[in-house]
Amino acid sequence: MKNTLASCKIGEILKVTNILPSEISSKLLEMGFYVGKEIEIIYKAPFGDPIAIQVGDYVLSMRKNEAQLIEIEHLN
Amino acid sequence: MVKFALIGNPNTGKTSVFNRLTGLNQHVGNFPGVTVDKKSGTISSNGESLEIIDFPGTYSIYPHSADEKVVYDVFSNPQHIDFPQKVIVVVDASNLERNLLLFTQIYDLKIPIILLINMSDLARKKGIQIDLTLLKNTFPGVEILETNARVGIGIQTLKELLFQKEEVKEQNASPIIENFKLADIQDIAEQERETNLRYDFIKNKVNKISKSENKQKKQLNWFEKMSIHPVFSYFLFAFILLLIFQLIFSIASLPMDLIDGSFNDFANWTAEKLPAGIFNDLVTGGIIPGLGGVLVFLPQILILFFCLGILEETGYLARAVFIMDKLMRPFGLNGKSVVPLISSSACAIPGIMATRTIPNWKERLITIMIAPLMSCSARIPVFTLLIALVIPNRYLFGFINLQGLTLFAMYFLGIVTALFIALVLKRFIKTSEKSYFLLEMPDFKAPRWTNIFLSLLEKSKVFVLEAGKVILAISIILWAFASFGPGDRIAQEVKKIEKSELNDDIKEQKIASAKLEYSYIGIMGKSIEPIIEPIGFDWKIGISLITSFAAREVFVGSMATIYSVHQEDNKGLLQTMKAEKNSLGKPVYSLATGLSLMVFYVYAMQCMATLAIVKRETKSWKWPLIQLAYMGVLAYVASYIVYQLFS
Repeated sequence: MKNTLASCKIGEILKVTNILPSEISSKLLEMGFYVGKEIEIIYKAPFGDPIAIQVGDYVLSMRKNEAQLIEIEHLN
Repeated sequence: MVKFALIGNPNTGKTSVFNRLTGLNQHVGNFPGVTVDKKSGTISSNGESLEIIDFPGTYSIYPHSADEKVVYDVFSNPQHIDFPQKVIVVVDASNLERNLLLFTQIYDLKIPIILLINMSDLARKKGIQIDLTLLKNTFPGVEILETNARVGIGIQTLKELLFQKEEVKEQNASPIIENFKLADIQDIAEQERETNLRYDFIKNKVNKISKSENKQKKQLNWFEKMSIHPVFSYFLFAFILLLIFQLIFSIASLPMDLIDGSFNDFANWTAEKLPAGIFNDLVTGGIIPGLGGVLVFLPQILILFFCLGILEETGYLARAVFIMDKLMRPFGLNGKSVVPLISSSACAIPGIMATRTIPNWKERLITIMIAPLMSCSARIPVFTLLIALVIPNRYLFGFINLQGLTLFAMYFLGIVTALFIALVLKRFIKTSEKSYFLLEMPDFKAPRWTNIFLSLLEKSKVFVLEAGKVILAISIILWAFASFGPGDRIAQEVKKIEKSELNDDIKEQKIASAKLEYSYIGIMGKSIEPIIEPIGFDWKIGISLITSFAAREVFVGSMATIYSVHQEDNKGLLQTMKAEKNSLGKPVYSLATGLSLMVFYVYAMQCMATLAIVKRETKSWKWPLIQLAYMGVLAYVASYIVYQLFS
């Protein structure tokens, strides 16, 4: 099984490798999660969910459920 | 009139641009056939005017919500009544890549565009330089303007640009997709293919157009850290809420008394000045109190929305939603349910309208269904009267005031029950739709007061009009039922009182009381007595329960009429009610009856205006009727238990 954004820690530099098909995959794509995009988790809510992600020049928060749809690879 | 569209991603300052352009010349309507608010405004110059439609913020023309679908509907159909002649696309200068996606879609549709690079000052602060010439060359035919709508920079130039009539020769001459047509709304695969194509183009260009000098990581400041801290964030949120409610109760009472007083004076004045008769009664007994009953809540609602406006504008509200999401989820709610539920503690009507930001239908519906259980301002006068009546003004352990504790308990009961009902509804409402949560976290910044002011104006308009028309209509209907009765019983009773040896003032009050007792509502109150007797209510309370359907606080006024005391005289009413004995010679307002009545007001759905709003937002009578039924059953059962426990 590949790594998804849901299992990553704060501060790791990540690259989107795939968006798993779901009702919101096109929405995620439109919000900037295209294959090859560099992202980083910058903080998490209490209890570790939802998480806030730096996507290019803005910050988006999502639940772990959504983060599981985003496959990534580590860059550093 | 010529129509221009204003469009852009959420959080680009689009609202600021709209407010700067149209100021007070804006109004809210509906897009044809849907219940999505259509904000539009007019601007004029040299006798020419044009209409600007502010479309809902969206990341792409392809929709993911009812609001966003409006954008697709309009732009996919050049025959649409709102199809614009020109589009003002607002983009955030710090975030060109994501913002340009929507822009290129409209560009490829060959609609003339004015592109606003907004918040360029913030971008510059972040070390981002934008090469406008290169941007112009990449998208020939587009007029590009740097703006800073927060402080109004560039708006004058934009206004001039709007009225210019130069025909551009090469209209959007270098599209990314030639002969572009929007994909079918169902064809997600095609939409994704197109979006990828656009991003491939945009990411290469943006690297050259927008240059970032310092790529250093953004540091969170202490307040930002606090707002999401594992422990302190909840204390901070609770503290802010406490502050808001303190503010509401300390500031609002003055203007509320003022409104209440002036409507009373006005009613007394018309009662004297208008010729006596049915029209006089209608105006002084139906219309004026009805209007007053709506407006009296405006101060509390304004203060609450002013505070919420500040929280939203500064970016704090997004953090509150962020930290609350995990706690709300087990109840079938969403972090975004927090705002509607807080609003409902002032009034359920704006609260229910605020649920539109919740993307998942099931979570939104649950929020709507439980919102009226949050104690609203209309319940406060009822609680205040009943607490003063049956709860002694004593201290528990020397510092906890019993009366205050009771009021708190009523609020608490509402909240706890709301969560419990949410749990139940979660099991029963079925949906195939998956719940999701995607929320942009804007940077913390100073609030823009004009935006807060204008949105306050809009919300109070909605409240006064939406709630107002229902409350007014119900007030008039109730007035009719309370003024007329079958046969000539009322006339006989009035004659009896007039013959008696009382002074005029008391006579007048006795007559009013008798009129109500023998009116249709009085008869209804008496006929429901067998039903409400087990929960400790007599027919007089029954009458007030019925009149409460206009708005809960009408209870107090009805009680005053029934007990023939002046409406303004709360003390007199209290004494009369305290002295009231039942057929067994025991006080009617015992602790058991008082508590039972309070619990009844916590639960019962006695607000027609809320039901009307729920019907509008859920587009069927099914949900408001379920709400009416479940809250009614809850009220009756809970009051029964309380009454039996305490008597």
